[in-house]
Amino acid sequence: MSNAIAVAGVGMHPWGKWGRPFVEYGVHAARTALADSGIAWRDVDFVVGGETVRNGYAGYVAGSTFASALGWNGARIATSYAACATGAQALDTARARILAGLSEIALVVGADTTPKGFLAPNAGERWTDPDWLRFRLLGMTNPAYFALYARRRMDLYGATSEDFAQVKVKNARHGLENPYARYRKEVAVADVLGSAIVSDPLHLLDICATSDGAAAVVLTSLDYARRHGLGGAAGPVRVEAVSTVTPTFPNTVIDMPLLSTDHAAGGAPERTFKESLALAAYEEAGIGPDDVDVAEVYDLSTALELDWIEDLGLCKRGEAEVLLRAGDTTIGGRIPVNPSGGLACFGEAVPAQALAQVCELTWQLRGQATGRQVEGARVGITANQGLFGHGSSVLLAR
Amino acid sequence: MTAARDMTAIPVIEGWFTTGEEPRLVASRCTACGTLVFPPPPPEAASFCRNPVCDGEQHEPAELSRAGRVWSYTDAQYQPPAPYVPTTDPFEPFALAAVELPEGLVVLGQVADGYGVRDLAVGAEVELVVESLYEDETGERTIWRWKPVVELGEEADQ
Repeated sequence: MSNAIAVAGVGMHPWGKWGRPFVEYGVHAARTALADSGIAWRDVDFVVGGETVRNGYAGYVAGSTFASALGWNGARIATSYAACATGAQALDTARARILAGLSEIALVVGADTTPKGFLAPNAGERWTDPDWLRFRLLGMTNPAYFALYARRRMDLYGATSEDFAQVKVKNARHGLENPYARYRKEVAVADVLGSAIVSDPLHLLDICATSDGAAAVVLTSLDYARRHGLGGAAGPVRVEAVSTVTPTFPNTVIDMPLLSTDHAAGGAPERTFKESLALAAYEEAGIGPDDVDVAEVYDLSTALELDWIEDLGLCKRGEAEVLLRAGDTTIGGRIPVNPSGGLACFGEAVPAQALAQVCELTWQLRGQATGRQVEGARVGITANQGLFGHGSSVLLAR
Repeated sequence: MTAARDMTAIPVIEGWFTTGEEPRLVASRCTACGTLVFPPPPPEAASFCRNPVCDGEQHEPAELSRAGRVWSYTDAQYQPPAPYVPTTDPFEPFALAAVELPEGLVVLGQVADGYGVRDLAVGAEVELVVESLYEDETGERTIWRWKPVVELGEEADQ
């Protein structure tokens, strides 16, 4: 049995540092997605909001907040929180009700208003909270974790600071024409290498910013899409798989915000957590890495994009730099990665980001990604990881 | 300052590491299957074994090896946000290392005072030391750190 559902509509609010309440961004994205779908708000029977943890109670009950801002229409609501994978978990929640036949049209919305600078834990003394302790005891910021992975790539696979800079150069170019991107400016390798080192070996321009932004997706059953002729003759873009699997013990790669790995008495497991995220998506969809035409991956740092390319099975371990240097991951290459410009051009708006990946791939598979189109793209995959065992991979096809 | 110095230096968090000549990290060990967890759970907290095939709920302190090999390393060139407690103004960068211990855990820590990323390499040997992290109203608070084990003869090159 296919687990596919239809993407009826997508919409975003441009990423930036606008300083407005997150609800405004979310409603804008939701209305844009609804208009794109041609479905009226009153017909939506399920709303899932991506929780934001930095915007008070309204953020904790995001599903309710968005539904009420759009005007109560009697729909059922849910709110999801899965750190950076929040949007994908919200999507999966909507998918489950649709596949169960309990809902027919779902609206999924993620929006955030973020503070400046390093993401820091909420205030207070919390001596049993690992996310608090990593700052208090070690001064271990998010970029410091990204830097550990980057340094390891350099040591194990011979990656260079120039390689990392080239990822930024590529993504900056990809995002130039993206109307939703926050940074739309060419960047040279020298700009990256000349920017301040935040956590060795990563420079300021290797690391993504935090942004305000919102993304929304309207989902329906395939049956509804067929009855209403959604997507025209080619049919709608379909969500073929949503993977939100947790790690399998022992997790031997140190994950933010933890201070230690699991105890691997019998050696490392067959797959890392990030590899297992992609594998679960491939297995659910019956689609393999060779079928993928385009990928949107979570480039919290430039070096992490290279890790993801391998985690998704798009090349062998340690070969991502070869693809990058050959231009394979550039639009026009064999397997373009982050045609949207990625987090490098967006900055991270946590509860919206995994949904933004789905929006971008939807436009790519429809052939609507003006100025950044991957020609003939039929299958796209997303990848993302958040704190505390959260992560996601979404497979879309048309 | 004099008053603070007269007080005994105490670990910033209780039960995570020993002090003295040969300090060690203290993990908790499941009494049923031997799985180690660091950091150990708070003394008053319940402890459920992390190993999914074990339902152990009893654990005991287990000291870890003092020496390990660098899994990866980095530094903080900007002052981390609170609850990090700065001790110098202006901020002085410090290095961080993830260290693989023979038991099969990788444990993060700051790198000992006076050492930076230039003194580190993936696979290099480091050992545990205890140093001052900051001072608060109760006196000096200490933390575990990783110190590069410099081979004889290499020191002259640095």
